[in-house]
Amino acid sequence: MATHAANSSIGDALPERIHCPTNVSLFLYNAAVWNAHRIHYDERYTIDVERHPAVVIDGPLQGDWLTQVVDEWLGDAGRMVEFEYSNRLAAMLDETLTAGGKVVSIEGDSVVLELFVRNEVGKVITPGRAVVALD
Amino acid sequence: MLSLITDEIRAWIGRSSDPVAFEVSRRDIVKYSLATQQRNEKYLRGDEAPPMFLFAADRPLQAIADLRPDGIWHDPLVPELPLKRVMAGGIKHRYFRAIVPGDMLSIQRSIVGIYEKQGSSGPLIFIEYNIDVTTEAGEPVMQETQVRINR
Repeated sequence: MATHAANSSIGDALPERIHCPTNVSLFLYNAAVWNAHRIHYDERYTIDVERHPAVVIDGPLQGDWLTQVVDEWLGDAGRMVEFEYSNRLAAMLDETLTAGGKVVSIEGDSVVLELFVRNEVGKVITPGRAVVALD
Repeated sequence: MLSLITDEIRAWIGRSSDPVAFEVSRRDIVKYSLATQQRNEKYLRGDEAPPMFLFAADRPLQAIADLRPDGIWHDPLVPELPLKRVMAGGIKHRYFRAIVPGDMLSIQRSIVGIYEKQGSSGPLIFIEYNIDVTTEAGEPVMQETQVRINR
């Protein structure tokens, strides 16, 4: 796997990835994690009962996307030792979301990354952070 | 302002679940990897689990008839709260080693915090869990802090 990590500098942007979840992808994700919460597939219930505007994209799925940003940037150059994210704003089905990040510090073999999932208007809805140890 | 968190609710801090045994299968890794649209071949082959693979692995596989009306499982490690709607809050992970097919893991949750905040559309109650994942021999695999929000 190609890696961007080996020659990184502070401020470097990580490769971004665009995500457009569908009913099918949300179904498969929630089946894989055995989550039957109806806000992820039952539109009428989601709107009428839980008062969301549409089917909700899982917060942990967005967390997974952030790990993929790190993984695809890091390649075989090291391993992730810490990771965190916070779901600050809900995202709804049919939104196009972008996952990315940047290098914020490098100390020896330890690199700290700032991560984000942002929505179509550019608002960061899921910020995150990771620490990787380079080999 | 009157707190939503009573002494009875606060008394849940420090409680733990029984450890849950979790056997990692290649098929489960592949399912998760396809569902999350991984692009790394080692995940798609199921040779190694992606970092978020264990999300919700501590949940018992309950019968459909035992789920709540909102579809969420009955979690014995949640106090009765005045706010019923559930949202994901976030996660912190520390990784000690890769998870691979055949791993026999032990997962145990503890409540480490219960607090409330005012959200844009009303009060929110946060429950913070520590989740320790080890091998059967006690070798650390991953530590997780997970926040569940009730609104």
